[in-house]
Amino acid sequence: MTTVPITQEIDARGSFCPGPLMELIRTIKSAQVGDVLAVLSSDPGSAKDIPAWVAKANHELVGLEEVEGGATRFIVRKTH
Amino acid sequence: MSTPKILVLGGGTGGTLIANLLAKKLQDRAEITLVSALSRHLYQPGWLYVPFGWQDPRTLSRSLRSLLNKRVNLEIGKVVALHPETQSVTLEGDQTLNYDYLVLATGSRVTPEDVPGLVEGGHHFYTEEAAWKLHAALEEFQGGKIVVGVGGLPHKCPVAPLEFTFLLDEYLTRRGIRANTEITYTYPINRVFSIESVAAIAEPLLAERGIKAETFFNLESVDPQKKIAYSLEGTELPYDLLVMVPPHRGAKFLEGSPVADAQGWVYTDRTTLQVRDYPNIYALGDTTNLPISKAGSTAHFEAPVIAERITAAIEERNPDSKHATYDGHVMCFLETGHNKASLLDFTYERPPQPAAPSTLVHFEKIAFNKAYWYLVPTGVV
Repeated sequence: MTTVPITQEIDARGSFCPGPLMELIRTIKSAQVGDVLAVLSSDPGSAKDIPAWVAKANHELVGLEEVEGGATRFIVRKTH
Repeated sequence: MSTPKILVLGGGTGGTLIANLLAKKLQDRAEITLVSALSRHLYQPGWLYVPFGWQDPRTLSRSLRSLLNKRVNLEIGKVVALHPETQSVTLEGDQTLNYDYLVLATGSRVTPEDVPGLVEGGHHFYTEEAAWKLHAALEEFQGGKIVVGVGGLPHKCPVAPLEFTFLLDEYLTRRGIRANTEITYTYPINRVFSIESVAAIAEPLLAERGIKAETFFNLESVDPQKKIAYSLEGTELPYDLLVMVPPHRGAKFLEGSPVADAQGWVYTDRTTLQVRDYPNIYALGDTTNLPISKAGSTAHFEAPVIAERITAAIEERNPDSKHATYDGHVMCFLETGHNKASLLDFTYERPPQPAAPSTLVHFEKIAFNKAYWYLVPTGVV
């Protein structure tokens, strides 16, 4: 488990590409700089899409962790 | 027992079709009322061609009454509130309508005001009015930079921005100004379309026509004076003409209601199409929060499921297995310009495998656009 305090968690399990990424983008738009967001995704496509978007948009990928039931939690800090 | 009341909200493809299917199945064993804000039924896919002057928008609407089974009562009015606990809806002017079964088919609406500067700085073709304005702007256009893209997901008719881009290339070529025009296509994720197999055929088509693709472009704002579109990712695109599919939301009265999320998309079961927590309410088409295409064909394939489930409930039997559940079936044409098109046919489990664009499929699409009135809302196909 990450020790970074999470500001907001988005549960996008069961939604398919590009659902989880778009949920992250929608949430990050309204978040404050410095907020840490977690996105839960069960879509395998997110493993590629979410880190690639975070890099392109110059935010920070704090970590990834597997959660029960085959989903992944992507933890992202809004940097600007 | 009194005659059950079925209320259908929305007079688009989904609402019109479902009201007609229910009237056919139930005859006089139910009282069916359709509420629509407009007295006209709009064929929205036709707006794609209006900006190029290739379609007269006056041919794209008909009297809603003329498309409805005579057993369906039509109420023209705007819904302002839904009260699932009392099984009623309120219309503007404080009229209340009660229901035993409710079908939400209120679709989606464009909200360009959600992006600062987009109303003033951008064009689109997602309303008749906007398509006309874009037609005027294109007629005046003599060359320069055109940015075409998607300003928010989800939006209706997912392939329309790609189709528009291909048709724009054809239009500019026909006018002889393609060589002095730079076209950039933008998309929010890291490929040119959400479904990978469609992106795989679209990417080379864009490249061979000299259209630049700017992916991971999430429109954040537009400066109408400087004529620059800004993305959340920090990309700036200068333009002479900006065509952006605006963000979409569900019907205003659904935003934040007990059945929908903050954007107004209704929590819908992906197979039964029942609304969460309310088994006597159903939703279809653009109205739902399902991660599938917001398109007329989605509503078309969903409607028989809802019609059968409501009929079965009234007849106190199990739904017929043929139409008991929805499998995510969607079918749509993809115009690729220069009189060619491809066909996308897919379900939740089976992604589309589009064939190479052909002239035959293009003419099938043209024929379908004309035959729509006779085939789809009436439930013939």
